[in-house]
Amino acid sequence: MDFGGINPVILIATLMASAVPILLAALGETVVERSGVLNLGVEGMMIIGALGGFVVAVQTGSPVLGFIGGAVAGAALSLIFAALTQVFLANQVATGLALTLFGLGVSSLGGQGYNGIKPPATGQLLPDALADLPVVGPILFGHDWVVYFSIAMTAVLWWVLKATRVGLVIRAVGESHEAAHALGYKVNRIRLMCIAFGGAMAGIGGAYVSLARVPQWVDGITSGAGWIALAIVVFASWRPWRVLLGAWLFGGITVLQLNLQVAGSGIPVEYLSMAPYLITILVLVVMSAGRRGKANGAPAALGQNFHASR
Amino acid sequence: MTRPELLRVEGITKAYPGVVANSDVSFSIGEGEIHALLGENGAGKSTMVKMIYGLIRPDSGTMTLRGAGYAPTKPAEARRLGVAMVFQHFSLFEALNVAENVALGMESPPPMRELAARIRAVSEEYGLPLDPSRMVGDLSAGERQRVEIIRCLLQDPKLLIMDEPTSVLTPQEVEILFKTLRQLSSEGTAILYISHKLEEIRSLCDEATILRRGKVVASCTPRERTAREMAELMVGASLKTPERRVAAKGEVALGVSDLSVDSPIAFGTSLKGISFTVAKGEVLGIAGVAGNGQDELLLALSGELKAAADKVRVAGRPVGDLGPVERRRAGLVAAPEDRYGHAAAPDMSLVENAFLTAGVRKELTRNGFVDWAGTRAFAEEIIAAYDVRTPGPDVAARALSGGNLQKFLMGRELMQGAGVIVINQPTWGVDAAAAASIRQSILDRAGEGAAVVVISQDLDELLEVSDSFAVLNEGRLTKPRPTEGLTMDEIGLMMGGAHGMEVAHHAG
Repeated sequence: MDFGGINPVILIATLMASAVPILLAALGETVVERSGVLNLGVEGMMIIGALGGFVVAVQTGSPVLGFIGGAVAGAALSLIFAALTQVFLANQVATGLALTLFGLGVSSLGGQGYNGIKPPATGQLLPDALADLPVVGPILFGHDWVVYFSIAMTAVLWWVLKATRVGLVIRAVGESHEAAHALGYKVNRIRLMCIAFGGAMAGIGGAYVSLARVPQWVDGITSGAGWIALAIVVFASWRPWRVLLGAWLFGGITVLQLNLQVAGSGIPVEYLSMAPYLITILVLVVMSAGRRGKANGAPAALGQNFHASR
Repeated sequence: MTRPELLRVEGITKAYPGVVANSDVSFSIGEGEIHALLGENGAGKSTMVKMIYGLIRPDSGTMTLRGAGYAPTKPAEARRLGVAMVFQHFSLFEALNVAENVALGMESPPPMRELAARIRAVSEEYGLPLDPSRMVGDLSAGERQRVEIIRCLLQDPKLLIMDEPTSVLTPQEVEILFKTLRQLSSEGTAILYISHKLEEIRSLCDEATILRRGKVVASCTPRERTAREMAELMVGASLKTPERRVAAKGEVALGVSDLSVDSPIAFGTSLKGISFTVAKGEVLGIAGVAGNGQDELLLALSGELKAAADKVRVAGRPVGDLGPVERRRAGLVAAPEDRYGHAAAPDMSLVENAFLTAGVRKELTRNGFVDWAGTRAFAEEIIAAYDVRTPGPDVAARALSGGNLQKFLMGRELMQGAGVIVINQPTWGVDAAAAASIRQSILDRAGEGAAVVVISQDLDELLEVSDSFAVLNEGRLTKPRPTEGLTMDEIGLMMGGAHGMEVAHHAG
């Protein structure tokens, strides 16, 4: 059941796994931006999470502890951003960019001595009997737990943002911090928690790169995944299910173009390499076309700092 | 009539760096009483009610609610104790629907479906129809206020604070609001009503406390005083009414025909087939509830929004496709409503701001360089002529109070000697004395032969300054009519009535 040397079942199964880092980071950033904060430090938080997760997993021998370590590392770095922007009211764009540079540098320094080590493997969650079923086996049952976690988080965040009090307050703060403050909500505290959550999600995403996708430590291991996550959040109109779609689309085309390269297709490598970026953005733009102004879902207070005066 | 006391405020003082907002303020409100808090902008009314609502804490002084000490540290606590507030600005979320907005202002909201049903029930009971599933961004100003009122009513308040509730309503909507408030009062809910509109207070309120510069200067029973007496208590000086110099109507200076443009503003209103003419020496007043296309009309006239060339004509010359600078050169100056960021660059000095719009007409450039001496002289001229209170022309525009900056900006446009002047909200946030002087200078300019378009939400102001009167409603402009002889009822009808508002006839 191959098409030009490419097996669609394997392709789908691989894309689900390869999209996990971007999906997790983008979901975290969705929450952050819904609360009105633009954190451009996703790449930095991911790579710190990748290093933190790798170190903890190697030291303890437990991949689960590794992911927790990644989450903690990402959240810790995001708290620097939170302190600067929410307490000292620094510019969010500049602080976010600095956070990325800082994260890249620190991870490069801290990763010295971890090159060439193999981390404990994150195995598949369900028994082989299920995973060996034809077609549905690899797609539905053949993954490690993080893949299921990422899909579950999409559903959870969608439900929280849409239907719960917590989600309503987050959206309200992102929509108009003055109004939220007038009603007595602690704008900066709510945003701080959202930033920490976004950091933890980016950290887990980063840890998945170093613990499951590659899996080893090299400098600059996330190679721009954080920027793709940022773009997907915007083009997905800040909606979790569209974020999932965007991440899978990007992951899918990345896997596909790699397979095409291997299969020796006639298309030049350069075009194949740029295809994931182009097609993902194109599809998401087409989806959000035709709607103008606020209807595209951008939080009205995105990127604005809030200071309670009078 | 004596009522049991609900809230007593004693000796409240609140100071900010450089300004004492409230100094030793005391008053009391009985149950079911409608109590007015009256004062100029900056008299400390808003600070006072924010303390009652727990948004800020007083420096000294005490409050008692039903005999028990009352010192809320946050709005949630005030709400729990039965104090609710309808804000003038800043408390609705445009991209959320009505039910979500209501839920955000409640301590423990019921599930959405139940809440929607309760919103329908309460809005029916008080004659304030409202659909819980609509986006707040799509609602009119009056409907938005209903959202806030219903949010308060759902919590069964003992004291309802209303901060300038009628500033955005049509006359008919005001009547309906007053009916609702009287109904609430008869059911035992006290209302603290903040306003500077004296006639409203006379018709609605039982008692009034008048604040000036943070101090209580008088308390009175509004029905027993004239509006003028209260105004003079409020301002602390006698007021003079602007006088009009009658100029012979000249030829048409500004002509607009069938102007339609899309709104560049989110949730904005596009203009639909606007036509009018203004002659030399004529003041055209354009009324309308906020959000009916006022901002868009200003943009289209100033040149920030372009149209086909012949849609807008200044002194017979088509300028519809020109930008703001060319239109200024052609003799049309415009003053937008938003002072911080649209009319002025807040972080630049007054001199620099004077150059920004007057540079063209006052010829403040030489060989491409700014003539700073000339610009400074012009800025100082404005400051002197319009009594702008500022340490000097080099302070940043942001450092001036809203009213002072408004005087400066009005002066800047009015003193350029332009043939056509367009102003949106000339006296918004300006105290009564300064407002009177701004209106006087608008009339003076018209007396000298300028054609003036004044867009405002203050009907009294428009009736005072304008020769002809039109209303913007959902982006359409009514045919201008002579102001003389217009009645409030006719104006109300021109404004589109009460936007579907009606008092429900509930049978018990």
